[in-house]
Amino acid sequence: MSSTLLTQVSHLGRRSVVRTLRQPGVMVSAILFPLMFFAITASGLDAATNLPGFPTASYLDFAFAFPLVQASLFGAITAGVDLARDIEGGFFDRLSLTPMRPVALLGGMLAGVMALGLIQGVIFLSIGLAVGVNIQSGFAGMLLLVALTILTALGFGGLGAILALRTGSGEAVESSFPLFFVAIFLSSINLPRDLIESDWFRLIATLNPVSYLVEGIRSLVITGWDPQALILGFGCAFGLIALSLAGAAASLRTRMAT
Amino acid sequence: MASGGAGIEVEGLVREFKKGPRAVDGISLRVEPGEIYGFLGPNGAGKSTTVLMLTTLLPPTSGTARVAGFDVAREGSKVRASIGAALQEAALDPFLTGREHLKLQAALHGLGRKERKKRGDELLERVGLVEAADRRVRGYSGGMKRRLDLALALVHRPEILFLDEPTTGLDPQSRSALWTEVSRLTRDEGVTVFLTTQYLEEADVLADRVGIIDSGRIVAEGTPEELKAEIGRPSVEATPIKVSDRDAVARVLSSFGQEIAAQPGAVSVRLDHGAGDLADVVRALDAGSLRVANLRLEEPSLDDVFLEKTGRSLEGSGDKEDNDNVEPGAKPGGDRESSRKKGARA
Repeated sequence: MSSTLLTQVSHLGRRSVVRTLRQPGVMVSAILFPLMFFAITASGLDAATNLPGFPTASYLDFAFAFPLVQASLFGAITAGVDLARDIEGGFFDRLSLTPMRPVALLGGMLAGVMALGLIQGVIFLSIGLAVGVNIQSGFAGMLLLVALTILTALGFGGLGAILALRTGSGEAVESSFPLFFVAIFLSSINLPRDLIESDWFRLIATLNPVSYLVEGIRSLVITGWDPQALILGFGCAFGLIALSLAGAAASLRTRMAT
Repeated sequence: MASGGAGIEVEGLVREFKKGPRAVDGISLRVEPGEIYGFLGPNGAGKSTTVLMLTTLLPPTSGTARVAGFDVAREGSKVRASIGAALQEAALDPFLTGREHLKLQAALHGLGRKERKKRGDELLERVGLVEAADRRVRGYSGGMKRRLDLALALVHRPEILFLDEPTTGLDPQSRSALWTEVSRLTRDEGVTVFLTTQYLEEADVLADRVGIIDSGRIVAEGTPEELKAEIGRPSVEATPIKVSDRDAVARVLSSFGQEIAAQPGAVSVRLDHGAGDLADVVRALDAGSLRVANLRLEEPSLDDVFLEKTGRSLEGSGDKEDNDNVEPGAKPGGDRESSRKKGARA
């Protein structure tokens, strides 16, 4: 990466982080809601650990992937909404009038998403450890867990960017949130796939890449080092990133050409 | 960077929108280096669409445009490196401070770290935002946002500056300050300015030459003096003391020229034989025992030019938009008598 591009990405990334941190409402939502869902599922579905074949005795450990994946989604939607508002408000045009390379715009936005993913990952990990989540893979696993969370945020961030660039509407990006949320629930987020009784649900969960992101994160918590789960988890994350960034780059070219 | 350069050359520029009207319908114009060109027209005339094309933000449907010597369709990056633009809405991030905006803009333009700070401080000083530099922009007034917008457009010392309705919604003081700065840029730094406006006074005060656009076509072009000279003759407006005398006053004045739009209760005619008719007008009114509260001789204005070319008045055509954007306490029309060209460009 050239120094000019690096400067552009770092300034745009800084702007992305700063403006999010200066909106306490956004930050509270991005931290509080995932924690709330974590608390509800961890306490409400605790009896699931009694199911034969359930991989852990602690649903708290099992559910810990949930806030991390959900937080990635929150961060990505926030960044997508910000980008769409930049388009609506003319800030995108202002940036387009500079010698900024288009890739810097995406890079800056996604650097912001990753930075927020890191902040969220560290906060959730700290809270998780404080409430008794037991990370079987130890300190190295924690680092990998945060890394996978950041990559997941990056992949979702690319999808947020596609929506923003295609629609140019903050409302349209916001309204896509329930769809992403449903995609999370139609995965192995609440139960291991082999314990999902309904055939259609199990099939969707098996086809849903979110399942493998969740299972990769979860394996570090409840299993320790599970190469297959990690390869699938990181593979899905990189696949999602490649596809979403390619789509975002194409959307950006279209947006800048009109 | 501002060193004269090649100005702006536009030939047969057209922009059509899908299922929409032809927003810009074959305009041709030339802006000389170091000139302030006023692009005057009502809302929806095609001013902003023209600016978007000239700044490479919107591709033309047909025609050619060269800005600073570069083709807007084929050499977009070179055009963008040569221009600064403050578009119709002050496009700012409400969560960043003024100083942060300038730093970001300077970094994206490739200024080095020390130069970024120096240029930022210099521009904050110039637009009078030193005190507010570290406050978030969402707390700025409309005038402050416009001034920051102008500073951002100047970060990289552009050769050509595009200002799209820069004073819409500003109070008279902010408007006057912006005019002074624009004049200074041209005079001291040789910046070429392409300024769109719906305010007649703004074009009259600031512009070296004016292009009047209506329904996507340029209907008149020249210096404000040339355009007004085309109309040639002044008008006289009389306001009778008694409202009931208005028709009688109109009959008397009609013998001196064609009646034109006037203030409520007044009668105005374009004098057939120029200002020399004024004494005869007074005598005719006196002979008819018609007493007037006010008798005013008016030189032709750009609105008269607009009226002559399009058959309707430009005055008031932007009122709705003005009122939507106006700052608390600001007057959309500005204080029309507050500035004159000499004062603003001194």
